[in-house]
Formats: sequence, C-alpha cells, structure tokens
Amino acid sequence: MILSLVAKRLALGVLTLWLVSLLIFAITEILPGDVATAILGQAATPETVAAIRNQLGLNEPAWWRYLQWLTGAIQGDFGISLANQRPVAPQILGRLENTLFLASVAAVIAVPLAISLGLIAAIKQHSLLDRTISLTTLASISVPEFFIAYLLIFFLAVQAGWFPSMARFDADMGFLEQLGVIVLPALTLVLVVLAHMMRMTRATVLNVMAQPFVEMAELKGVPKWRIVVQHALPNALAPIINVVALNLAYLVVGVIVVEVVFVYPGLGQFMVDAVARRDIPTVQACGLIFAAVYVTLNMLADIGAILANPRLRHPR
Amino acid sequence: MRVSGHRLSIAALVGLAIIFVNVAAAVLAPWIAPYSPTSTVGSVWLPPGEEGFLLGTDQNGRDMLTRMLYGARTSIGIALTATILSFLLGSVLGFLAATVGGWLDQLLSRIVDTLMAIPVLILALLVLTALGSSIPVLIGVIAVLDSTRVFRLSRAVGMDIAVMEYVEAARLRGEGLWWIIRREILPNALPPLIAEFGLRFCFAFLLISSLSFLGLGVQPPFADWGGMVRDNAQALEFGLSAPLIPAAGIAVLTIGVNLVVDWMLGLQGRTMEDSR
Repeated sequence: MILSLVAKRLALGVLTLWLVSLLIFAITEILPGDVATAILGQAATPETVAAIRNQLGLNEPAWWRYLQWLTGAIQGDFGISLANQRPVAPQILGRLENTLFLASVAAVIAVPLAISLGLIAAIKQHSLLDRTISLTTLASISVPEFFIAYLLIFFLAVQAGWFPSMARFDADMGFLEQLGVIVLPALTLVLVVLAHMMRMTRATVLNVMAQPFVEMAELKGVPKWRIVVQHALPNALAPIINVVALNLAYLVVGVIVVEVVFVYPGLGQFMVDAVARRDIPTVQACGLIFAAVYVTLNMLADIGAILANPRLRHPR
Repeated sequence: MRVSGHRLSIAALVGLAIIFVNVAAAVLAPWIAPYSPTSTVGSVWLPPGEEGFLLGTDQNGRDMLTRMLYGARTSIGIALTATILSFLLGSVLGFLAATVGGWLDQLLSRIVDTLMAIPVLILALLVLTALGSSIPVLIGVIAVLDSTRVFRLSRAVGMDIAVMEYVEAARLRGEGLWWIIRREILPNALPPLIAEFGLRFCFAFLLISSLSFLGLGVQPPFADWGGMVRDNAQALEFGLSAPLIPAAGIAVLTIGVNLVVDWMLGLQGRTMEDSR
C-alpha cells in the first residue's frame, strides 16, 4: 500500500521532470527571435549566421533536436558552450559541487535551528520570542536576498572586519578554510529561510496542539514537554518534513542571487553569466539542473509526508 | 480610520503611508526631483547629507535622491503593469476553468502545474536568454509567471462560488457564462483577490528588482532600484553605504505592501503562509 503510493508519486515526479525538460527546451529554442542573429548581433554576415545555425543544429526539426538534447542530457552530455566552444558538462560539474556545498552548509544550520525555535515559539505561545518571530517573518519574506547580503557585508565585513566580503572560494582549500570563506553567504541563506521555516513549524505544531487528544493528555496530567515531544511532535512530523523540503527548494533558487553578491563560483553565478552571453546550451543545462533539484525536493516532501503520516496512505 | 467598515490597524496604516509616499514619488518624479537623473552633479559616492545631496551621489556622481525618484517610476511601473496583466490573464482563465470545468480545466491546470514546477527565477532567466532583455519582455514574462498563482487562487475561489445556489439559479434562468462570471462570481471573489493583488505586486516587484540586480533586467540608460544596487555595490568596499539606499527602498515598499496585505488577510481569516 505504502509502496504503491510512493511509486505513484515517483512516477509523477518523473513525468513532471519530463514536462519540465520539454518546457525548458521549448522556451529557449522555439520562442520567436532568431537565436543565431541574437548571439552574433545585428551586424552579422549571412555566412556567420549560417555557420552558427549549423553548429546549433537549427536546420533540423525541433522535435529531433529535443530528442538529441534529452538523450544527451540523461547521459550527462549537455552539448558545446557557445561562449568558449568547450563541452558544457565538465565546466558545470565543479560549480554544481560548490553550490551544493554552500546550500548544504546553510541547510545544516537553518533546519535544526528553525525547527527548535519554531517548537519553542509554539510551546510559549504569545511570548516575546513568539511575537518576534511573527514580525521577522513578515520582514524576511519582503526583503530581497541581496539586501540581507549587503547589510551583512556592510556591518560584519566592512565595518567590523570579521569576515571576508567576497567568497574567494577554491576547491583546493582545506575544509575549514572553505567554511571560513563562506560564512557570510551561508548566513545570508540561513536568514532568508529561517523565519519562514520557523513560522511554518510553529503553525503546524499549534495546529496539532489544538486537537482533542492533546487536551486529553493535558487533562490526564501529562507534563507539557512530554505532550509536545510524545503527542504533538509525531503528528506534526509530516507537515514539518514538508516545510523543510519546501524551504530547501527555495534555498536552491535563493542561492543564485547570493552567489552573484559574493562572487561565489557556483552554478547560479555561472547561469547568470551564460544568460548575459545568451549561451543557450549552458543556460539549458543549468536550468535543467536547478529545476531537477527543485522538482526532486518537492517530490521528497510529498513522499516524506506519506511515510510519516499514516492517514495520507488512505486517500479518500 | 476605517475602510469599508473595518478599523485599520496601526501596521496597516503605516503600510498605506509607505505605499502612498512611493506612488507619489513615482508619479511626481519629474516635478520634485532636484536634478536631472542622467547628469553628473557632484563627486562620486558622496555620503548622504554631504554638499546638500540628501541621499548622497552614485557611482557617476549623479544625485541619488533624483535617481531613486526616477527609479521608483521604472520599478513600480513595471511591477504594477505586470501585476495588472497577470490578474487579467489569471483570473479570467481561473474563473473559466472553475465554471466550465471538464477538459478545459484539466488542460489549464496541467499547464499551470508544469509552469509552477520550475522556480520562477529560472523560468525568467530562460525566457530572457531566448528573447533578450527589454521592458516589454520583462513585463510579459513576469505577468505570465505571476498569473499562474492568480489562476490557482481564482480557480479555487471560483469553484467554491460556482456550487452556490445563486449561481445555480442564474444558470437555470438561462444567463450566459460571461454574465455569471462577471455578475455572480467576480463580486464574491473580490476580497481574496484584492489581498492577492498586493502579494503578487510584491512578487513582481522583487522579481524585477532581482533580475535588474543580476544585470538581466532594466538596461541602461533606464534605471530601477535593483539596477542601482548593482551599479553601486562596489561602494561597500570603501565603507560607503550607497547600494544600501536603493536596496532599503525595495525592502521598505514590499514591507509596506505586505503590512496592508497581512491586515486584509487577517480580516478574511487567512495568513501569509497559505499564499507564498
């Protein structure tokens, strides 16, 4: 029963990924505007336009190009970059690792912090901490990532001089040195997702605390912390898993702006550069990877919820 | 102060004041700006208040206050146009899906599902790669991306209303589809849609600011606040706060709109969590 539900959700995830790949390809290749002219500029001679059309395979039918692109992408071949005529995949790999490193450090800090603070806020409802969380959430969903980032740079890097303002990151550095370099970008990402994750955790736990079985436990005389840990938490687990996955998905996108602010050599910055140069194969590859991570995290959120909440196993 | 019988909270009042000041700045920019937005009037990156420049000068020695006023025109203008377009598109299709149902609903919902399966910023970057960055393209792409959320809400609200007895009565009277959408569904769906308008405006405003910040949004000689943050970012290295001014401008306006939205959602018994 569980297995078939999980399998169904997996199948839906694969279908979504396929549709996403179709959409990415369609947007970048079929939209009006001749790509070859756009890359070369208005002054291009007909010969150079023809040459680049040939290199891009624009003379083939669109469905054929899509199939070739998709089969290549599945095997890890994303074609040749228009900017430097080198294969896209090897250039992306190192940058993807850097991005995942930054995002994981932020997640490792943000997730436990957000859940425990959210729990405390729920237990001590209407306390000072609780009200602070409500206020900061509104601010944190309103404020662009780069504002938080520049505030941190201004106060912690320039004024106080505690951390470097640029993430001069190198894959050959030692682990601790790497951590030291990414303190500010990681902190920015933590702040971007923290308040939201806290508030969602709080709302979830409060929702469970309003259930009759919690009132029953209270009337039985069960201590407050045991009610939260033994009765409320297991029931709040599914929505919390959901909250975490959704925020991780959000983190993956927020990383793009943060990488540009700190000149961090990750996939997000790489993609932005490629968009500016209209390097289509590179943009397609980066877009597909970001979208795939996003779709996968959303899928894991649902599967986690199915596993953690028996009630979801019996859809009405 | 009261709005249609509801007392305004202090937070909502502050929010309304912020919105009013920003809109006034955008509309009145040519008349109240002390200098021309394109001419160099002082030395580079003067701190706020120095030599009579209230907000200092930018990376080319232009008056920051003037640039902020004109930037408000671009940023708010693009975000507002995109939001209005997204509402026209999203709510009409959403109500249509809710009232007609069947294959049309299925088709539209699946398209929206697929669009929403990709992060908005990524989709915007893909479109900008294909079409290049210009103001009409930016407005168009933000409007379409924003309309997916409007579609979802309109469809959900429309579904609830479409099963009401008064809609059934209108159908039995023989009223047409458009009449029912316009006269029965729209008036009843208005309160949640107005709150959604504020949220979607913030979304559009933050997206255009982010794109311009990445150098892929509004192109020179036009300036918007996101682009101004990018252009002045270097000043931070010298301990100067120049990029924080436009960045704070963006933050203050979105917080202002969200304060009002929060109050409206509160009246409807909803919270921000439902509608990120």
